[in-house]
Amino acid sequence: MKIYKNLTRIVLSLGLIGLSHTIFADGHLSPIKIPEKIKAECASCHMVYQPGFLPKESWARMMSGLDKHYGVDASLDPQAVKEIGQWFSQHAGTYKRVSGSPPNDRITQSDWFVKKHRKINEKTWNNPKVKSKSNCMACHAGAEKGHYDDDGARVPQ
Amino acid sequence: MRLIIKTCLAAIFSLAVTHAWSIDPVALEKQYAAEAKQAAVVSRGERFFSSTHGKEWTCASCHGVLPTKEGRHASTDKVISPLAPAYNVKRFTDEAKVNKWFKRNCHDVLSRECSALEKADVMAYLNSLK
Repeated sequence: MKIYKNLTRIVLSLGLIGLSHTIFADGHLSPIKIPEKIKAECASCHMVYQPGFLPKESWARMMSGLDKHYGVDASLDPQAVKEIGQWFSQHAGTYKRVSGSPPNDRITQSDWFVKKHRKINEKTWNNPKVKSKSNCMACHAGAEKGHYDDDGARVPQ
Repeated sequence: MRLIIKTCLAAIFSLAVTHAWSIDPVALEKQYAAEAKQAAVVSRGERFFSSTHGKEWTCASCHGVLPTKEGRHASTDKVISPLAPAYNVKRFTDEAKVNKWFKRNCHDVLSRECSALEKADVMAYLNSLK
């Protein structure tokens, strides 16, 4: 009987190790798993920005104007537009700070973004290693996995 | 017997499908040249690749002056794998992908789609890089 109890314990703890491993393997702060289709279509040019950064309306506008995507033609076939649009709509930001669309549907012009980066000077933004405000990973190495904590941020010199 | 026939048919079908979808850079160059009814010219392709065409960017702005090496996206700085097929075997092997990118990038560089001859020349240039 005791053997069975011990066995149960071993099996349970192994299960827990397995579970925590899966959580960490997925980047434990990343709220959602990014489908391969999204990676293939969006991440050829830039990292996949977390859908929670913009409200539904912003994503919808963006998906309907991909031929003029912030100065670049990023057009896709209708099926891909539909599929990707659905995913962004489903996971769009609902938290109150993303309740309204920022100017030009730009994450970098959202009130919270501006406030969070108010101490970053022009010199840093113009640094060739940063290049653009949309280049999250220049300072937030874990941005692609949803890691943006201030402690982990490193401004390139 | 029926099973054998079915297997053979399935094999032929899948071959046909793969064949229809897979392309290669040299065949692509020939296809564009045939469409343009003119032979492709490497030097013309090279000049086209590194010149502006009425807008800010050239092909080289993102793919690099030497497309045998990695490029960087002109606005986002994202690394772009080498464009020259000899340095990146995956390039120009998926027709849908080729069409998608020619359409997008030609719009960004020329404000229009590229002609068959322009594409033939660029392919000849890229294929010449060994």
